[in-house]
Amino acid sequence: MDLKFLEFEQPIAELEAKIEELRHVGFDNQINITDEIVKLEEKSRKLTEQLFSDLSAWKISQVSRHPLRPYTLDYIEAMCEDFNELHGDRAYADDPAIVGGLARLDDQPIMVIGQQKGRDTKEKIYRNFGMPRPEGYRKALRLMKMAERFHLPIVCLIDTPGAYPGIGAEERGQSEAIARNLFEMSKLKTPILCTIIGEGGSGGALAIGVGDRLLMLEYATYSVISPEGCASILWKSAEKAELAAEAMGITSARLKELNLIDEIVPEPLGGAHRDRGKMTANLKAVLKRHLQELMSQNTELLLQRRYERLMSYGAYLEGDNA
Amino acid sequence: MSWFSKLMPSKIRTDALSKSTVPEGLWTKCPQCNAILYKAEVERNLEVCPKCDHHMRINARKRLHLFLDTDQRQELGEELAPMDPLKFKDSKKYKDRLVQAQKATGEKDALIAVRGRLKGQPLVVAAFDFQFMGGSMGSVVGERFVRGAACALEFKIPFVVFSASGGARMQESLLSLFQMAKTSAVLARLADAGVPFISVMTDPTMGGVSASLAMLGDINIAEPNALIGFAGPRVIEQTVREKLPEGFQRSEFLQEHGAVDLIVDRRQMRDKIAELLNLLSHGRHRFAGERGVLLKDDGTHEHAPRIAPPSAEAAEAGTVHAGIGSLEQLPPDAESAARGGTGIVQAD
Repeated sequence: MDLKFLEFEQPIAELEAKIEELRHVGFDNQINITDEIVKLEEKSRKLTEQLFSDLSAWKISQVSRHPLRPYTLDYIEAMCEDFNELHGDRAYADDPAIVGGLARLDDQPIMVIGQQKGRDTKEKIYRNFGMPRPEGYRKALRLMKMAERFHLPIVCLIDTPGAYPGIGAEERGQSEAIARNLFEMSKLKTPILCTIIGEGGSGGALAIGVGDRLLMLEYATYSVISPEGCASILWKSAEKAELAAEAMGITSARLKELNLIDEIVPEPLGGAHRDRGKMTANLKAVLKRHLQELMSQNTELLLQRRYERLMSYGAYLEGDNA
Repeated sequence: MSWFSKLMPSKIRTDALSKSTVPEGLWTKCPQCNAILYKAEVERNLEVCPKCDHHMRINARKRLHLFLDTDQRQELGEELAPMDPLKFKDSKKYKDRLVQAQKATGEKDALIAVRGRLKGQPLVVAAFDFQFMGGSMGSVVGERFVRGAACALEFKIPFVVFSASGGARMQESLLSLFQMAKTSAVLARLADAGVPFISVMTDPTMGGVSASLAMLGDINIAEPNALIGFAGPRVIEQTVREKLPEGFQRSEFLQEHGAVDLIVDRRQMRDKIAELLNLLSHGRHRFAGERGVLLKDDGTHEHAPRIAPPSAEAAEAGTVHAGIGSLEQLPPDAESAARGGTGIVQAD
């Protein structure tokens, strides 16, 4: 199976394979088949449009984990200049599942932080599949506090299946590390702009996700637990992940409806990985716009709004309705 | 089956000890040591096994009842009730699960917040109810927590929380996850205002509750042998594919690894927390000096001039102890202070 295509994209994969085949034939023969290729390409585009116009939550969650999807460092490299990765939590280790450092977004110096997944097996293991340990979150907090001292805005790119559930992680205080970040980020005296670029996996995502704006790429997901995890607890079977994904409302569109995110960053047809240039340009433009807005607010107002925003989360009945 | 058991009449054959049940009512069994216990005795012992000191799980009402002075209690956020913003349905509807939990516990949701007193000292206490959908944190839990904290902040009185929770409530999805940020943010306000927050983790305190409010105490306390952690032991075992070490994620393990300050027996909880709050408040007012109210060691109180620190003479003699917070708001109950002995006033 072609790595480029997900299971539900197989009809597209078949068409694309046919186009590729025709191209090879075209080299060998005199017959002009360009017209045929153009026709098939048009058909493939239409099919993709059709498939992506009505994706289920479960399919979107597969797109958000697509093996070719751009990761944090891909975006940093494509959007920023002068990126200097800074390492370590100054207490225990450097966690490669979270990267962060100083960079420049056009004219604006920023602190950029994000979870990092690996592309091949070796790198996946090195990055621990983008699942941070406590030292990763503590590194992130160290960098954020540095940003606060030097009045730099913080840009967080979120992409993780979740915080790592391991023995060492528990021993070193995974809970405390996440809690501390939530606590500190709520009052950090500098703008924080968070974007879910792929998987927003629960507390592991939230731990660098508290801020003044929350954006999501169109086919990113954000949820309290993975669809598989939810299914295995509530349906007693991980097979029901599709149902769980739907029930939890994990997509950007649904979360925008619920007023839990500020903006959806559109992705190119077929997902971010199909056209990285376009995706990067979209994201960069949106980030710059929000940064400009946030930078123009005075800090006191910024913090007050952030606090009010945090306090507004929740849906409950009160008084006579209860 | 051996020839001997075959000989026995079928009625006498006993299968396994585990099947033996305890009659309802008078007797109860310790889930840890399996001792058969007289219920009234267990109750007197604050639901701690008299044989093995195992701390049994208790519901929020009982917890608050055991912890607070009996008078001057006021529930906060009682009027809040859960709803189903996502129309969530798994094998059962979330709405039905809520109704079922409400019936079973008599509570509207999994956290109760109360403003009251501990040995005469005003404070706000919140407790999770594990029986209510595993003490899971949804919107109502988050909001009640915030209201409790806001009350503590307004009156500058300490905030104490007893956690017992499996984590965030899946049925409210991202709204639940965001309660972690919400509760942590209000605690940041308390910290900035110098209002003490004591977190007591009881069995179990996991997931989103552990990774937010529960770990953020000025002082983190755990009951003995409570399960406390971020990821559940089963999830970890499946991930790392090795056997977990003995005592993993238990209170003693957490203390050893630096995550909790103290392990406190339930029967000493009132004394211990009153003592800690006294120590915290004393230092605070010695430095601040501008608190409105001073409390003498005989339990009476007097209004000090707004700016003036406690008189040097009295401070030196160690007889003046300023209570935390606004005693003007809730007149101090001298009687309960005296009864408590180690309340605001230290008997030295």
